[in-house]
Amino acid sequence: MYQALFFLFAASAVGFAINLLIQRHPIHSALSLIGVMGSLASLYLMLGAEFLAVVQVIVYAGAVMVLFVFVIMLLNADKEEPSDRSKMAKYLGLPLLFLLLAMITVVIYRQFPEDAMVQFGDFPGQTAAIGRLLFRDFLLPFEVISILILIAIIGAIVLAKKEP
Amino acid sequence: MVPLSYYLILAAILFVIGVAGFLFKRNIVTIFMSVELMLNAVNLTFVSLSYSLRQLDGQIFVFFVMVVAAAEATIGLAIIITVFRNRESLNVDRIDLMKL
Repeated sequence: MYQALFFLFAASAVGFAINLLIQRHPIHSALSLIGVMGSLASLYLMLGAEFLAVVQVIVYAGAVMVLFVFVIMLLNADKEEPSDRSKMAKYLGLPLLFLLLAMITVVIYRQFPEDAMVQFGDFPGQTAAIGRLLFRDFLLPFEVISILILIAIIGAIVLAKKEP
Repeated sequence: MVPLSYYLILAAILFVIGVAGFLFKRNIVTIFMSVELMLNAVNLTFVSLSYSLRQLDGQIFVFFVMVVAAAEATIGLAIIITVFRNRESLNVDRIDLMKL
């Protein structure tokens, strides 16, 4: 059961990601990315990270992607035209990408032999512990990151404001 | 039960697809979405290793990555709007010079 669910969500994540790649219209790519994020939220849930699963849906699939879709519609983006500028990326890109994937896979198999299994309920969601950690041990990063968000808001307003 | 390495390899596949999008797509918004895909793949690695080590620090880190990604998306999209206003194009091949 657990295995079937893992393969279902893994396949849907990879499928949506490939769909992001092959769609030519940005709005279709954005919807595929929402699918990837939904699948990843389910995988987080299966790894016992309930808090992150919910945050993933609310912040990523919700807020960030709404921003993307909003900008795509605001700019009235249409289908991208194929270009012949980057010959190097076209011919050398794909083999190098497969090389990268093969290298990562080899390293993972060397580092993590088959005995490390993931089982549902082995590491149950510890939202309370996360909150305690966040507001006690990681209080300074938490406050710093709130300032970062404030700067981002101000920066976005300044950048997107129409110049007189 | 699924080996931990399956999760890590899934994250690697998603990351490589994100790199492919970054290399092959020409629309600046789609390139930006590929970056988000790569961030998500790294987040999956963090969560699965956090599970494997029975440590919550990885999940805290993912939380911070999400917040930074949200801030980055806000700024990036504002920059894209400004670029589009000045050049009337979203194709990165036409945005390769700093001067207008």
